[in-house]
Amino acid sequence: MTQDQKKPKILVFSTDKISDPGIDQAGLRKIHYAPSVYVISLPCSSGVKPRWIMHALEKGFDGVFIAADGHECSYSSKCAEHTNQIILDSQALMTAKGISPKRIRMAALCSVCAEPFASHMENFSKILSNLDSTKD
Amino acid sequence: MKERIGVYICHCGGNISDYVDVEELGKMFHEQDGVIISKDVMFACADSNQKAMVKDIEEHQLDAIVVASCSPKLHLHTFKNVASRAGLNPTNYVQVNIREQCSWPHSDKPREATVKAAGLIRAGIHRVSHSESLDNIEISVTKAVLVVGAGVSGMKAAIDLARLGNEVFLVEKDYFVGGRIAQNEKLFMSGQKGKDVVTALYKEMKTLKNITLFTGASVDKVSGSLGNFHVDVKVKPRFINGKADKQVVKQAMEECPVYIYDEFNLGLAKRKAIYKNYPEALPDVPVIDAEALKDESDFKAKYASVFNFNEQEEVLSLIVGSVLITTGYDSYQPKVGEYGYKMLPNVLTLPEFKRLMELSPEKLIYNDQQIKKIAFIYCVGNRQTKGPNKYCSRQCCTSTIYTSLQLKEKYKDITAFHLYRDIRTYGKQEILYDQSSKQGDFYFKFEEKEAPVVEQKGKSLVLKFKDYLTAKMPLEVEADMVVLVTGMVAREDSVRISEHFKIPIGNDKFFNEIHPKLKPVETVIKGVYIGGSCQGPKNISESVQSSLSAAAKINALLKSGTVSIDPVIARVNGDACTWCGKCAEVCDYTAIKEVDSDGKRIARVNKAICTGCGICAPVCPVNAIEIAQYTDLEIESMIDGFMEAVEIKEREISTEVAEDTNAVTMKEYPQLWKNILQTMNGIKKSIPEVADELAEDKDIVTYHMMTMNKYSVVMAAGMDDKEEYYYYKIKNQ
Repeated sequence: MTQDQKKPKILVFSTDKISDPGIDQAGLRKIHYAPSVYVISLPCSSGVKPRWIMHALEKGFDGVFIAADGHECSYSSKCAEHTNQIILDSQALMTAKGISPKRIRMAALCSVCAEPFASHMENFSKILSNLDSTKD
Repeated sequence: MKERIGVYICHCGGNISDYVDVEELGKMFHEQDGVIISKDVMFACADSNQKAMVKDIEEHQLDAIVVASCSPKLHLHTFKNVASRAGLNPTNYVQVNIREQCSWPHSDKPREATVKAAGLIRAGIHRVSHSESLDNIEISVTKAVLVVGAGVSGMKAAIDLARLGNEVFLVEKDYFVGGRIAQNEKLFMSGQKGKDVVTALYKEMKTLKNITLFTGASVDKVSGSLGNFHVDVKVKPRFINGKADKQVVKQAMEECPVYIYDEFNLGLAKRKAIYKNYPEALPDVPVIDAEALKDESDFKAKYASVFNFNEQEEVLSLIVGSVLITTGYDSYQPKVGEYGYKMLPNVLTLPEFKRLMELSPEKLIYNDQQIKKIAFIYCVGNRQTKGPNKYCSRQCCTSTIYTSLQLKEKYKDITAFHLYRDIRTYGKQEILYDQSSKQGDFYFKFEEKEAPVVEQKGKSLVLKFKDYLTAKMPLEVEADMVVLVTGMVAREDSVRISEHFKIPIGNDKFFNEIHPKLKPVETVIKGVYIGGSCQGPKNISESVQSSLSAAAKINALLKSGTVSIDPVIARVNGDACTWCGKCAEVCDYTAIKEVDSDGKRIARVNKAICTGCGICAPVCPVNAIEIAQYTDLEIESMIDGFMEAVEIKEREISTEVAEDTNAVTMKEYPQLWKNILQTMNGIKKSIPEVADELAEDKDIVTYHMMTMNKYSVVMAAGMDDKEEYYYYKIKNQ
């Protein structure tokens, strides 16, 4: 197994109108990020269910990243607030199951945020690798 | 559960297959996965493959299909249509993105890319196996439209909608139509009088029996949804007796002893308490300020026949199928002291100055002083690095320059100084800038961080600034008047409108469209459209363009009497729901209501209103609400698909044939690109020449050459002798 294959598996919840085009653009411009990043696209980041996050973590994903719509959300002006609440609810569930709350992360990602996406993945990967090395 | 799935994995002519072992993936999925057919294809989107897919679906009675290719943004509808053509419900189709989200970003790690692609496709298969056949939701609609705002955008849209046979209700907050354009003496580019344009539009409206205009009216209450909005419109009284003799009314206006603040002239004049915005203002019915006349009993007695002080506010209920918001903008109001505004006597905003010009037919006199030297300061309240208005209002540069041309034409002996940050007289408007330069206007460039300082010096104003056109030289300009070129801001009442119709507001406080390019006049609320400058700064032509495009969209929507909407919406599991109201609380659209179901209180989703955003789903404590196509089963099975172990044989890595082509870094490109580039090493070639040399189809070479041209890998290098084909060469070679 190569070093790269040990990269933490990250599940990204993205949104089809806002962050998806940003993530697609990273591909188009051949901005590399780890191949252990998988994306599920939803209409809005406030629609992620905590049980999906738990399912992913229990099935072996090392971390879950929510690419939030934030202020750009065309559905709700309170999108950032709602998404944040999902993170808090999930973290409570994670703590109860002995999973580090650091394994979930959220950041606003725009439709042209190609580089920011790659760097978010890089940073989150590092955080998750550190967690693994300290067996958290 | 679907058990007859067809899977198509696309090479994308090398864009995918150069990194991802597509052939191996094609062999990976079998009957135990519910997959009946699994193929790798050169171009999934090609006509030939689409036909083959239709044939497969029919012959093998496939109940679902997965295409692993490019981003769904490009071909989701292509393949949904393939499904439809073959008689398969398009909701039984899933597209898996193995190009933008796999082969391209992981072109540095082909083996891992193949493993990831396998996971992505397996997730797609899992998802489609749980897909349901959903039909579009049909809603019957009322062929009537509410247009809010009778400025130029609203009136133009109302006229077109009425001509197309729709019932139109046009609601204007002011007592007179026309909005801001009536406040412009002349309009740039066309040179028409603003008031003439308003009159022409009003007359045109009057010829159409199916337009009902409400002035002095505002939207009070909105309920219902696409197809059947119930709108209450509140109409303020004018306090005038509609049957009064026009001559007597005119006489009363002339003799009225009370003057009030003149909103139309932005406080630069006073108007009588019986008024019209301007003499030709329409509708031709004056308004009475009853409050201002309360102590004028003699006057009121003399003209008793003119007044109707018993007139009450009316609330009218309308039912419309769709709504167009054309409420326009406000002009930025500078803070007290901003460039001396309201602190120094001769500092006005551009809209105020335009009113002053129209009120001064011969000599430009303000505060008893003849104005000869005028300094314009641009970008006031716009393009703020730190403030909230980061945008450019795009029409103010031209408006100012046109005003400057008008000044010279009207008053002759005028000197104009333009202190600008950047001049944006785009398109044909550039001609005006040229004219202004030629007539001798002075242009100085400043930067926001070193904005001009305006001071009073005797009777004059002095502007101190650094001119960036002459190496930041400190300059002083003396002027009789300073005009602040204020940009557009969202209307103060836009929040109220947004709350009524639930349409979102952007960071700039203007109304938000769904997509600036692809859905520029649609809002997330089905049936509610936006046009003109309520959406963001626009000039008149742009405003009219957008409101007419909204009118066309609305007409298309209402034309058939029924509307078909996407079935991807929320749905409630009535057995599980115990009605706590949390879903309704987070729904910005009030799409969820409490209902009685066999004696049990549960949530119900209004299908016409629900946008399918899914915000309601995570908040349900008993997991009783979900979005179609985003069910737990579908999402969790995708996660399982990502995690399943993948066995992939090591692919033999082809030698990098083009490594010696030193013009470009070759390893990132698909094989066909490498081959094309190799034929062109140092030599310019046309597409037929390359196609011949590589024995490739000319169309395929054309497609790739165009793509390489787009990404600046190659560039055009003249035409062949017959002027039939362009030559291409490797860029920078």
